[in-house]
Amino acid sequence: MPARRIIPCLDVKDGRVVKGIQFRDHRDVGDIVEHALRYRDEGADELVFYDIAASAEGRSLDTDWVRRIARVIDIPFAVAGGVRTRDQAAACLDSGADKVSINSPALERPGLIAELARDFGSQCVVLGVDSFEADGAYRVKQYTGSPEATRDAGRLTLDWVREAAERGAGEIVLNCMRRDGVRTGYDLAHTKAVVEAVDVPVIASGGAGAPEHFREAFEAGASGALAATVFHDRIIPIPELKEYLASCGIEMRR
Amino acid sequence: MKLVIVDVGCGNIGSVGIAFERFGLSPVVSGDAETIASADKVILPGVGAAGYAMEQIRVRGLVDTIRTLTQPVLGICLGMQLLFERSEEEGTECLGIVRGEVRRLEATPGRPVPHMGWSSLSVEEEGLGLNSGDYVYFAHSFACDPVPETVASADYGRPIPAVIRKDNWFGAQFHPERSGEAGARFLKAFLES
Repeated sequence: MPARRIIPCLDVKDGRVVKGIQFRDHRDVGDIVEHALRYRDEGADELVFYDIAASAEGRSLDTDWVRRIARVIDIPFAVAGGVRTRDQAAACLDSGADKVSINSPALERPGLIAELARDFGSQCVVLGVDSFEADGAYRVKQYTGSPEATRDAGRLTLDWVREAAERGAGEIVLNCMRRDGVRTGYDLAHTKAVVEAVDVPVIASGGAGAPEHFREAFEAGASGALAATVFHDRIIPIPELKEYLASCGIEMRR
Repeated sequence: MKLVIVDVGCGNIGSVGIAFERFGLSPVVSGDAETIASADKVILPGVGAAGYAMEQIRVRGLVDTIRTLTQPVLGICLGMQLLFERSEEEGTECLGIVRGEVRRLEATPGRPVPHMGWSSLSVEEEGLGLNSGDYVYFAHSFACDPVPETVASADYGRPIPAVIRKDNWFGAQFHPERSGEAGARFLKAFLES
């Protein structure tokens, strides 16, 4: 394994970083470039930018801000939001993004995964999965960008991640929905089940609230751990988090 | 200095160009043989599949142009793999500048494939701008065979050549443009080579 990755996730709207309370009332919290640089300087290993309005507005994300980030950042970053075609993904990569993350469009048309992997390589194709536990099984949700549109995708999570990896997805970001924003820790059993189901890297998402939670996610086999609130609100400073994890024997880039 | 990035029709040329702009350069992206041949330094980028990239190089009539370059050339990621004889990826015949093959990485528990993330280097040569212990960013499913031209390597169950050097040819399996300060040191050393 390479060093485990600490990955802040930033929500973007109209080219600005925003923070929402339960999907609504998004508050502008600042310039996208300033945030990107702050995280880079603090030692983030990678960044994810999610255009929260793109999918709901039926468009792909705006490549202007992708370009602005690419110009200043010298660590890898992924972008997400409304990418449903090969050409939209190409525009993101040409603008300087390292990876494109797709979620609902891949559920609508799984062939999209293979199209992107064939033209750009698996390492550029990230599958985002919103997963929840019900009746003793992990299930996929779709259109989670808005509470009104969210629905059961009719797929079992473990089947879906296996299929996506076979079609060429190079990484899975597993968002355990019941843990989203609650800061009680990543869903470890859920994460472990997905890690064991696929050969590609798995990024844990949803629930980070304390440094121990990151340690647990890595012990469950995650290659990276994604979080938003604890980094935005400076509840967990990244340098201290990395120091703690290294002291637990987890390899960190420092 | 005239720096030319070979247009192999793949994405991600953007971030390579930007990395060189940080050194005050204005890299030119070109698929034109004359422009490439007359450059002071040449970058062979590459993201995507070996078969597609070689096809693009052939369609543009650039195989001999690239093979006969005598100025410093840096192949990045897939661009480094293309310098070898063959790739297992779609059974592709590559440029054959370095003897050896490119093979698929095998996933094992704890070592998923793609090899994605920051791995530390073991550096065997001075003047690369890199030190042993530097972390650099990798994102690849295929890797070159260990060859005598290896001057820095990473470990991923097997030794992965991270930097190779042969005469005027350099290859980096990692992404210097996305490897923070260590990557910038490496690019600077290449520009000064």
